[in-house]
Amino acid sequence: MTISSSPPDPSSLWKPNRKASKYVQRVVVWIFGAFALVSVATTFGIIMSLMLETINFFKTVPIWRFLTDTQWTPLFSNPQYGILVLFSATFLTAIIAISVALPLGLFSAIYLSEYAPPQLRKWLKPALEILAGVPTVVFGYFALLLVTPFLQFFIPNLGGFNALSAGLVLGVSITPLVASLSEDAIYAVPESLQKGAYALGCTKREAIVGVILPSALSGIVASCILAISRALGETMIVTLAAGQNPNLTLNPLVPIMTMTAYIVQVSLGDTPAGSIAFLSIFAVGMTLFIITLIFNIFSFWFVRTFREKYE
Amino acid sequence: MTTSNPQSFERESSWNIDQATFLKALRQRYTFDKVFATLALLAVVFSLFVLAVLLIDVFIDGIGRVNWSFLTSFPSRRPAEAGLVSALVGTVWVMVLVALITFPVGVGAGVFLEEFISDNWFARAIEINISNLAAVPSIIYGLLGLQVFVRVMFPITQGRSILSGALTLSLLVLPIVIIATRESLRAVPGSIRQAGFALGATRWQVVREHVLPLAMPGVLTGVILALSRAIGETAPLITIGALTYIPFLPELSLKGLQSPFTVLPIQIFNWVSRPQADFYSLAAGGIIVLMVVLLLMNATAIYLRNRFQK
Amino acid sequence: MISDSMNQTLTEAALRAQNVFVYYGSTLAVRDVTLDIPKNKITAFIGPSGCGKSTILRCFNRTNDLISGARVEGKITFHGRDLYAKGVDPVEVRRRIGMVFQKPNPFPKSIYENIAFGARINGYQGNMDELVEQSLRSAAIWDEVKDKLKESGLSLSGGQQQRLCIARAIAIEPEIILMDEPCSALDPISTLKVEELMQQLKERYTIVIVTHNMQQASRVSDKTAFFNAEATDKGGKVGYLVEYDDTSTIFSNPKQEYTRDYVSGRFG
Repeated sequence: MTISSSPPDPSSLWKPNRKASKYVQRVVVWIFGAFALVSVATTFGIIMSLMLETINFFKTVPIWRFLTDTQWTPLFSNPQYGILVLFSATFLTAIIAISVALPLGLFSAIYLSEYAPPQLRKWLKPALEILAGVPTVVFGYFALLLVTPFLQFFIPNLGGFNALSAGLVLGVSITPLVASLSEDAIYAVPESLQKGAYALGCTKREAIVGVILPSALSGIVASCILAISRALGETMIVTLAAGQNPNLTLNPLVPIMTMTAYIVQVSLGDTPAGSIAFLSIFAVGMTLFIITLIFNIFSFWFVRTFREKYE
Repeated sequence: MTTSNPQSFERESSWNIDQATFLKALRQRYTFDKVFATLALLAVVFSLFVLAVLLIDVFIDGIGRVNWSFLTSFPSRRPAEAGLVSALVGTVWVMVLVALITFPVGVGAGVFLEEFISDNWFARAIEINISNLAAVPSIIYGLLGLQVFVRVMFPITQGRSILSGALTLSLLVLPIVIIATRESLRAVPGSIRQAGFALGATRWQVVREHVLPLAMPGVLTGVILALSRAIGETAPLITIGALTYIPFLPELSLKGLQSPFTVLPIQIFNWVSRPQADFYSLAAGGIIVLMVVLLLMNATAIYLRNRFQK
Repeated sequence: MISDSMNQTLTEAALRAQNVFVYYGSTLAVRDVTLDIPKNKITAFIGPSGCGKSTILRCFNRTNDLISGARVEGKITFHGRDLYAKGVDPVEVRRRIGMVFQKPNPFPKSIYENIAFGARINGYQGNMDELVEQSLRSAAIWDEVKDKLKESGLSLSGGQQQRLCIARAIAIEPEIILMDEPCSALDPISTLKVEELMQQLKERYTIVIVTHNMQQASRVSDKTAFFNAEATDKGGKVGYLVEYDDTSTIFSNPKQEYTRDYVSGRFG
């Protein structure tokens, strides 16, 4: 800056370092881009780690025996790995769970969105979120130590471990998921449809059952599918309350072992890496991953295909 | 067309239904309405009733156990002497690490996806990928952690360590943070960005100075929700081999990261799965400690969100 | 001026509003409306936005009940019976007084189900196929949809959707059809079709239409009510009825200065 009688040249006060700003931005974009790629790497990592060990597993146990055997006896001298045994158990608990969660969750969503006064709603929603946030190990405790003894009061031949109690509690644990996703779907229905229903002489229930729920159907079905997928992959409740007995049965009163419970059982033991039992948890994990992936894709596809476009 | 009875709305109609029948049916319809509304209310009441029973049951079973020695003793074979200090400290270690990992990575990924790449195939692919990851069962993340962090990265993590556990849980809850970040960024009005650009700022300067501060309460809510999910997770940590009997505390140094560990839910699981009923009350006591931590975290999240919405 | 117009009305009144005030919460939205809706005629409500014409329309089938805090004072009679009297059921009222909305709002069901739905819930005992066909024919849309009754109502064009909504309204055989700016979301050709349809429908139904479009009011209606809004002390707006008369009178020889200014396009 030169000293002169005239005021200083204003441009000398401005020294934007545009090059540096651009450089900083470029570095930031690269770092953040790498962070975004972590999610892609996670998917890749999941698929790779499941696949490699699953392939090793199938080198010893032929895949068709895995899919068709009706026994799960990894500790026998002549071990059999019939995934149907674990799958039926997983399926059974999930079915029980969704038959609790669908009515409870859907009716809760209807109450919250259509009936609850705004003041009450402000309290009910966080309360349901607390229910959603209860760790599953706590639900497991509840199922094993309170619900099962309670049910044994009515069903004397109910086992200490059983699919019924695990499934019921699992259902309660996924109810908030069904409720909140269904409520979102109900909210997305334009108010004009509700008004249209009332203008035809509908009562409130008729407007809800006849117009609002059918209009929200794609979202409700999607919430239901996602809830089933969550129930299939849930671990602690079924491990604690449903037992560790690989039974091929759909009887909800006896102990069973789900896919997730098997993975926990092997993980808790001292199974050497590379042994066939160790490899088997990856094969079971792969099966579970594929099943839940199919459910998720189906739910995604369902919403895409059946969502009504309202202008 | 005139009506014979001015007190009713009746008129001739091709509908073969008369006014009396209609009104009778209408009364019945209203009865169904009442039943329906009652069922809806009962569904909510029942869900919350179960929550209340659960909390009360745990409280009654476990409150007698929650005292200073329970919080400061190591686990033991003898129920009377057992405590959960190693699980509590392990949980704190893991949560701090998860927060340190997920906050920068999740927020960075969210900013990248929302602010820096336009709506192209790459952004959409990552978006679909993230929503799919959010629905992958947590135990699958355990298998991932077992392979990648415990085995492949053994030289860094020393196997079944706090670091392996924290990395596994971080991957598990990362989608929550990314989705929350993107939603809060989306809620910041575009005019703020344009005002920044109009002053000659780069995109990063605008995001750092104007957009992120506005989105921060929403981002923090997302991080806390992610942590409260992580704190209760049991299955993935069992799978990577978190131990259940840890009679020592990790060293307060980088070396501590490579130490074996246990956390509250695993300690609870261990106590519940013992056959001796004496351990059940320990489990209930552990649940009380876990739930208190969790409720505090959720309360913070709700508080932040309410402030954010104003 | 209101009594003048009532004297000219020799036909029977289908609806009669007497000193109707509408409040939303504690704010007055419309004050002191008194008018008779003649039977089997088309009555148009015109006026600038915020003048309460839609609010009054909604009072006629008690859809204002659905807005929390809405309150109606005064008397609206239908067949001599007060619509807001105790013991009068809004469902019963709406079943007799149908409504067509500003934006076409077909249900996301099949075209057939859109028509059958209202009839079924209201206990229709006759042949449903016949009723559906008859209603679609009355709404002048049968030829366009007869081959695709199973398709979604949302697959139709905007104008067709609106005629489907009219068919849906007349399927439950109301006496009165309220139309809240039914053409404002439609293109000119669809608008023309709906206007033609209204002329056919008035032989069997009484129609009340709210419109922003003065040309439309003058084209289709027999009677016209002009509403205006005035500022209140509290800074809000309250609507009131300025003038109600035969449409030709309102547009060619209105008695009120405001009406003259409005219909000649000087404000609004």
